[in-house]
Amino acid sequence: MARKPEGPPPPPVVQKVRIHYTKRGRLRFSSHRDFQRSFERALRRGNVPIAFSAGFSPHPKVSYANAAPTGVASQAEYLEVGLAKRCDVIALAKVLDESLPVGFDVVEIVEAGPGALADVLEASAWLIEFPTDDQASVVAGFEAFLAAEEVPVQRMTKNGIRHFDARQAVVTLGLVGAGSSDWEAGQRAVGSILDGCAILKAVVRHTTPAVRPDDVLYGLREISGLTPSSPPRVTRLAQGPLDPQTAVISDPLDRDRKVITSTS
Amino acid sequence: MLGESVFPALEALLPFVTKPIQYVGGELNSTVKAWDECDVRWALMYPDAYEVGLPNQGSMILYEVINEQEGMLAERTYAVWPDLEKLMREHKVPQFTVDAHRAVGDFDFLGVSFSTELGYTNLLTALDLAGVALHCADRGIDDPIVVAGGHAAFNPEPIARFVDAAVLGDGEEAVLLMSSILRTWKSQGRPGGREELLLRFAETGSVYIPAFYDVEYHDDGRIRRVSANQPRAPWRISKHTVMDLDQWPYPKKPLVPLAETVHERMSVEIFRGCTRGCRFCQAGMITRPVRERSITGIGEMVKAGLDATGYEEVGLLSLSSADHSEIAEVAKDLADRYEGTQTGLSLPSTRVDAFNVDLANELTRNGRRSGLTFAPEGGSERIRKVINKMVTEEDLIRTVTTAYANGWRQVKLYFMCGLPTETDEDVLQIAEVAKRVIEAGRQASGMKDIRCTVSIGGFVPKPHTPFQWAAQLDHEATDARLAKLRDAIRADRRYGKSIGFRYHDGKPGIIEGLLSRGDRRVGDVIETVWKAGARFDGWSEHFSYDAWAQAAADAFESEPIDLNWYTIRERGEDEVLPWDHLDSGLDKEWLWQDWQESISGAEVEDCRWTPCYDCGVCDQMGTSIQIGPTGQRLIPISVVDSSAVLAGS
Repeated sequence: MARKPEGPPPPPVVQKVRIHYTKRGRLRFSSHRDFQRSFERALRRGNVPIAFSAGFSPHPKVSYANAAPTGVASQAEYLEVGLAKRCDVIALAKVLDESLPVGFDVVEIVEAGPGALADVLEASAWLIEFPTDDQASVVAGFEAFLAAEEVPVQRMTKNGIRHFDARQAVVTLGLVGAGSSDWEAGQRAVGSILDGCAILKAVVRHTTPAVRPDDVLYGLREISGLTPSSPPRVTRLAQGPLDPQTAVISDPLDRDRKVITSTS
Repeated sequence: MLGESVFPALEALLPFVTKPIQYVGGELNSTVKAWDECDVRWALMYPDAYEVGLPNQGSMILYEVINEQEGMLAERTYAVWPDLEKLMREHKVPQFTVDAHRAVGDFDFLGVSFSTELGYTNLLTALDLAGVALHCADRGIDDPIVVAGGHAAFNPEPIARFVDAAVLGDGEEAVLLMSSILRTWKSQGRPGGREELLLRFAETGSVYIPAFYDVEYHDDGRIRRVSANQPRAPWRISKHTVMDLDQWPYPKKPLVPLAETVHERMSVEIFRGCTRGCRFCQAGMITRPVRERSITGIGEMVKAGLDATGYEEVGLLSLSSADHSEIAEVAKDLADRYEGTQTGLSLPSTRVDAFNVDLANELTRNGRRSGLTFAPEGGSERIRKVINKMVTEEDLIRTVTTAYANGWRQVKLYFMCGLPTETDEDVLQIAEVAKRVIEAGRQASGMKDIRCTVSIGGFVPKPHTPFQWAAQLDHEATDARLAKLRDAIRADRRYGKSIGFRYHDGKPGIIEGLLSRGDRRVGDVIETVWKAGARFDGWSEHFSYDAWAQAAADAFESEPIDLNWYTIRERGEDEVLPWDHLDSGLDKEWLWQDWQESISGAEVEDCRWTPCYDCGVCDQMGTSIQIGPTGQRLIPISVVDSSAVLAGS
């Protein structure tokens, strides 16, 4: 005797939207699960007509992608939600931003174009505040990293220690100057850039297994003995489609915007 | 500078600790007020981990009540895990509040809510990290007044040397009373120093200042007498009772944490107090009389709370929620209101005899159908009479049959082990009950795939209950009885796999027993074990029975008493109990009479529906039972139509 959920099936998704949001300030210490709970409650507080999955335990239709790790700030997080009623994206952005705690801020919402969100998120740019009193050794360190063919690293996972290469995924690794746009973006995410740090920027391709900023730092230590006095603070500056020639990451919502303009 | 944020120093430590989000604050509906614009400042502590402390209703209520006042602020602080404690010591970061990350030592009050005695060592950690002297005798005029509240404060004697004050009962009015006394004293230029302030609290008769009382002992270790050493301190201190819950609709805006906590829901207290008269239940004894929130009051709180939080489950809290005089109407009307919104309702505690399937169906109409939980507490009919849990086995079987017939597949049953007069047979009867439950469920549902989980814990006698004189069962006997029960459940292969068995070993209960019925001499044990590293004693992975037993042996070395004396010893009628000067309203003669009647198996009815049996509370406290029915109903509310604001073109 199989049980069936009572009542009619939930209303279908009539509109998909993609949301660009941040995780910054103190909230960088939140985990992805913390964000998820917070976001789903914000949807309810804002009375957003979110669509639900069918079944005994209906779940709101939200797809998350590439969440920044706990402790890492981000200017560039993305997700997609399915709505049961059509919404104006500008109004929706305002309502959601007000419903979310400060630090989880909605930057922009666009109607989703064709294709999967995860597919356009090809790479990330990370800003790393690397505590050091010896800038030159940091430069030598990442140069050695870039010169290497392969940088074997390991990470503890649920299934034990996993070994993989951290070099191939790294497109660029270099110093960032004070006052540059990357510097300022990082500053907006964490309040103020720490003194006594070499400020690095890494552009890293999204691969499987994922190479995270931690893995790059681990690799730096392995290859050049470069050890920070305390764990570096990390901020995700951008993620999106990667131009492999210039290492420039473009806005992942550009394609969705083009779809809208071309059809309207 | 006082009130300055220590966050920059703390932030540097957070990358090294587990779940750093619990220390950063910023919860939805949290409040930060300007330090200089307030003259009364409370740090409210729940002495357990953030994940347990944040959802605590008592703390949330006081936080809001104080912050609503002009010129007063309240911030929250929780026990930090040992990983952060170690770093805070190394880097000299003080115990902090999570709201504005101010040092706890900067506040006027440190109010600590003890739901359980197992939080005492965490208080010492917090005081020590805050740079506040452990002993109240060593504190100065600028140190916070350390106030204990919560159920454990009905016997604060074991922590008497650590706390300046204790408040019994409901805190809503008490915090405002203390705040106003502090304000006056400050505005007068703090005359007479800390001692004068404490005297002003004491002479209200409703704030207990342990330092103003002396305890003398007989040669055999029993208490000879407790007496005030200050003419301005009254001989007895009364508990506080808030009347008319509709006037106190708190929390209005429940806190919504970012971190995961033990209760992922918002709660509305639908009534306070319980007069079912279960003799083991301290909560039911010390929170009398029953005061109901009206159906309309509940409706307003649910609406305001959901709007303010976005939670998808509402817990209708009380000591026995199905006993609300209009619970059927509350459940139906709320289910109607929130139809189609994925909002679930739950009654965290339901009596077997008050359950009915209509109620259960209303509760799960818009949410998920989880398991049902009942607490028969005692396995045999005989022992249930002893504890005055007037539920028959037939009631239970009828209830679970209905539940299984209506599609529930899982029933959880709570029991206790080590009750007064209990024998092996009483406990082994639990196995028989569980088998009958499974048998009834299989017949009612027509399938084999149903489950029943038996959860059982050791009984700890508590102050201000008829069992306050009882001998606690020692942990060896508790463990032996539980092992027999486990074997009895597993022995029958027809049912064994359908019955889950969860139990706790007897050792933590013995330490809880020591702390529950202890006197001031137990303070030495707490301090000794804390110095030896005891923390988070409510967590099995941190609790060490051996460390506590050793600390007790050391502390009582030259005394005529020991751990057993406090726990497995039955007390006599004329013995002065450590909490006799603290008035819960219950008449000691009535408690004794009820204790004697329990031994003979005589039951006592609920005074909500039968004549008063003179427990003493209403007379002593000038209170009365406040229950419905009001006859009112909740009118439907239209959930704000989002399409107006969000409508797409």
